Amino acid sequence: MDLSVNILVIGRHPQILETVLRLINTQQAWKATGALTDNEAVEKFERDNFDLVLIGGGVEEESEKSFKNEFEKINPQIKVIRHYGGGSGLLFNEIQEALTRISVDQWKGAVKI
Amino acid sequence: MNRKEFIKAALSTSVMLTTTEAKQVEAKGNYYPIVGFEHLPPKTKKTMNTVLHKANTRGHANHGWLDTNHTFSFAHYYDPTRVQFGALRVLNDDFVDGGMGFGTHPHDNMEIISIPLSGDLEHKDSMGNVAVIKQNDVQIMSAGTGIYHSEYNKNKDKKVNFLQIWVFPKVRNIEPRYDQINFRPEDRVNKLQQIVSPSKTDDGVWINQDAWFHLGNLKKGFATDYTVKQKGNGVYAFVIEGDVTIHDQKLNKRDGFGVWDVDKLSISADSDAEVLLMEVPMN
Repeated sequence: MDLSVNILVIGRHPQILETVLRLINTQQAWKATGALTDNEAVEKFERDNFDLVLIGGGVEEESEKSFKNEFEKINPQIKVIRHYGGGSGLLFNEIQEALTRISVDQWKGAVKI
Repeated sequence: MNRKEFIKAALSTSVMLTTTEAKQVEAKGNYYPIVGFEHLPPKTKKTMNTVLHKANTRGHANHGWLDTNHTFSFAHYYDPTRVQFGALRVLNDDFVDGGMGFGTHPHDNMEIISIPLSGDLEHKDSMGNVAVIKQNDVQIMSAGTGIYHSEYNKNKDKKVNFLQIWVFPKVRNIEPRYDQINFRPEDRVNKLQQIVSPSKTDDGVWINQDAWFHLGNLKKGFATDYTVKQKGNGVYAFVIEGDVTIHDQKLNKRDGFGVWDVDKLSISADSDAEVLLMEVPMN
C-alpha cells in the first residue's frame, strides 16, 4: 500500500515545474506528479488519487477555476492551492499548511461520524 | 494505519513548531486557529492591531555558508503563528560567506526586494541581467510567469548581509521584470526615504503591489509620523540598527513590529537608528 501524500503540480513553465517536482520528491512522505497543460492535468487527476493540487506559475485564472470545479466533482475533499515563489522558499510551508487543513477536515469528519 | 491516520502522523512529526502556544495546541490535537493575519496577538498589549516579533524569536538556520534569520516561516522553518503580515510573506536577514551564494534557482509570482546592508551581492538572471548590488542600492525582481537567477557574494574576503523581502503580487502571471536603484544615504537622515512604491512615476523601485517601503536613518531624539498611504494597509517596521519607539512599542535591533487599522504611526529614535517601514495590503 502506497502511503505517500500524492500531490499534483500544475505549471506552465517546464523548468520551474521540474524544479518544484524535484523538491517535493525529496520528501519521503510526499509524491509529486506534474502537468503542463489543462488536458494533462485533468487526465492525471482522473487516473490517480491525489490529496493536494498545487497551481504554479503561468496558469490562467480561467483554468484555475475550471480545475477547482472539475476536481471537486471527482473528489469533494480535494484542496487546490496556489504555489508562490517558484522554488523551495515557500513550497514546504504551503504544502504543510494545506495538509494540516486536510488533516483537520478529516479529523472533524471523524468526530461527526 | 489507514491513509488519513498516516497523513495525521506525518504532520505531527514533521511540522516544525517553535512557539510554546503552538506546541500546546498541537499536543491537544486541535486545529491552529488563524487569528488576525496568521499570527497571534501580543499578550502584553490590550489592542488587537499590533504584532511584535522580537529579534531573538525569529527562525534561524545556519547552513555554514549562509547564516539566516527568518521573521516569517520560510523553507524548513514553519511556525503557523508567523506565516505573513498581510501581503508581506518573507523577511529574511541573510549573512553569506565570501564568494558563496545561491546558485541558479527559479521564482514565479512573487515581488522580491533585496536590500544589501553591508557587502556586495552579484545577481545574474534568465532575462540577461548581470548586476552587483551594494549598500544603498535596492533591487526589485517581479518574478511573474517565471525567471531563474543566482545571487553570490561578490567579495571573497568578507560577508554580505542583505534583507530578502518577498511580497505577494497584486496580479499573478505578469511579465518578469528586474530593476535596481541607488539611493543617497543623506536623503534619509532624519527623514523617511521612499524606496519602493506601486507607481512607475513615484520615488523608488516600483512593484506589482499596493506597497510602499521607506528607510529612515534617525538620529537620537528625532521624532516623526508615518501616514498610511492606502486605507486598510498595515505597516510592518523592521529595526535595522539601534533602538526606536513606534506606536508606543519600544523596539531594538532586528525587532519587527506590525500595526494595522491605523491612519498614522508615531516614530521616535531612542538612539541613533535605522529603520525600514513596509506598508502592505492586509487583505
